[in-house]
Amino acid sequence: MEDLFKERKEKLNVLKSLLPKKEPAKPPQANVPEGLYTKCPGCQGDILTQQLKSNWYVCPECGHHLRMTAWDRIQILVDPDSFREIRPKLRTKNALGFPGYTQKIYHLEKATGLNDAILTGIARVDGHRVVLGVMDCRFMMGSMGSVVGEKITRAVEYATRKGLPVIMFCTSGGARMQEGIISLMQMAKTSSAIARHSAAGLLYISYFTDPTTGGVTASFASLGDIVLAEPKALIGFAGPRVIEQTIRQKLPEGFQQAEFQQDHGFVDQVVERKDMRSTIALLLKLHTKEVR
Amino acid sequence: MTLQEAEAKVRELDDELGKLTQLTGHDLDTETIRMELEKAKERVLNMAYANLTSYDRVYLARKPTRPNVREYIENIFDHFFEQRGDRLYRNDEAIIGGIAAFNGTPVTVIGNLKGRNLEENIKCNFGMANPEGYRKALRLMKQAEKFKRPIITFIDTSGAYPGLEAEEHGQGDAIARNLMEMSTLTVPVIAIVVGEGGSGGALALSVANRVWMLENAVYSILSPEGFATILWKDASRAKEASELMKLTAGDLLDLGVIDLIIQEPVGNLRENAEMVYSQIRINLANELAALGKMSERALLEQRYKKFRSIGDCSGL
Ligand SMILES: [Zn+2]
Repeated sequence: MEDLFKERKEKLNVLKSLLPKKEPAKPPQANVPEGLYTKCPGCQGDILTQQLKSNWYVCPECGHHLRMTAWDRIQILVDPDSFREIRPKLRTKNALGFPGYTQKIYHLEKATGLNDAILTGIARVDGHRVVLGVMDCRFMMGSMGSVVGEKITRAVEYATRKGLPVIMFCTSGGARMQEGIISLMQMAKTSSAIARHSAAGLLYISYFTDPTTGGVTASFASLGDIVLAEPKALIGFAGPRVIEQTIRQKLPEGFQQAEFQQDHGFVDQVVERKDMRSTIALLLKLHTKEVR
Repeated sequence: MTLQEAEAKVRELDDELGKLTQLTGHDLDTETIRMELEKAKERVLNMAYANLTSYDRVYLARKPTRPNVREYIENIFDHFFEQRGDRLYRNDEAIIGGIAAFNGTPVTVIGNLKGRNLEENIKCNFGMANPEGYRKALRLMKQAEKFKRPIITFIDTSGAYPGLEAEEHGQGDAIARNLMEMSTLTVPVIAIVVGEGGSGGALALSVANRVWMLENAVYSILSPEGFATILWKDASRAKEASELMKLTAGDLLDLGVIDLIIQEPVGNLRENAEMVYSQIRINLANELAALGKMSERALLEQRYKKFRSIGDCSGL
């Protein structure tokens, strides 16, 4: 009997060692070349990289919100050491047989440490348990193919089963061309999962970050009970260039920016990054039974 | 011989056939010549249609001579009563919808409307809907649910309109909401791609229990031109793109995106449209009966699983 247990335990340990290690939250890495100074895309000024990091990647000179990696975002959002990644072993089947696509994915996985363009997991924000999805535009412009669609769907389904709120940070060029129609179908799949989460009476906060367009805007990203956006983030369905080509005129200043979307009724609030955590914490609190 | 060359040849043969009718009174055996010409025409068409490339199908799917969705509705259903407007802002003519009867059963029909000439196309924006169109469609679908009417949608659009106003009015929001709401409809939904199924603008009417496609229709993430522009910065590689994209009915049946292919006649679809209408009628009768026997719960579950299973990527 004793031996049997021992044997089992050993087997389990072997199995455990084979499983991917839980990745600890990595130290922030700027989405910019590592250097003493970083050029701000807003004011073109050279900002001390260290200063930028300690200011949530917001330019201290002009307030421009620089793009962030998924890991950096998680680091500044969740309670310390509370993030556990949901990392199913997924890889695209490359249904179109698109030349070089699988290799590209492989290299990006190596370079970013991400399993495709989104990081999903469970965390606590100000003590509240949440299911979190954070897209990362370094990975093929954050486009949504089968792996991104599947990861979002699994995360949302998990939240529905466990009765947890979902927070999605979106940044994406849209559906992933290399997977063709399969990518298009991920829009229906993720939106259907959100519908079930919603029907269960659960909270979904969608957070637009720069840039979010195409099939992601036209699916789960627009479906939050609460929709937030970062200042000046580009948010739209069609990209600005396509629109300009269609209507043959220049688009007005600020077109499709977060503030524009707020004015037109598609965003509840534009929130500065320094207020991101406290805003989400407040919203989570306001969705508990008894607000203290 | 390319499809376009075959079509030119057919036009020539048609011309000759036309001239033949004016040759009455001559000593010629016009009937024999007529039969020869008809046979030649059939040979040319059969040959061209036996080897259609994906790009040929893109060409056929876009052909302005194809019946438009209004014609499908009028030929397949009775008593069509058109409903207009989204009750929020305006009526978008790029989406047509209303109540009709199918074999005596009330149904809601909705589709993308392309024009048959320039005047009509200006009114319906060449079939490219604005958010108001999708919101009208959603209004009609929710109403169908209230009255427990099955919903049949017809897809024929190059995509949602990428315009300035469309963005101001929330094109992304409108499409997203349709996807989400369609997944919750407690009535049977059948979508039929009859021409171009372009991108989110097509999907926004297609979250259905059954998705069918005409043999020469196409359904894709983007136009082949757009695909080539994005991936290769070269719109002229559209032909190459369309071969890669898996956008034909056969490809999509293999991928599990659609459930049934409606056969098309060889040659001009408009001349033999009844062949397509009658197949749709037969399949609708069967499927509406089958779906009608399912509980609301089973309908929801089937629709959820259908889309849930597309793009399987588990296991390395
Ligand atoms: Zn700056």
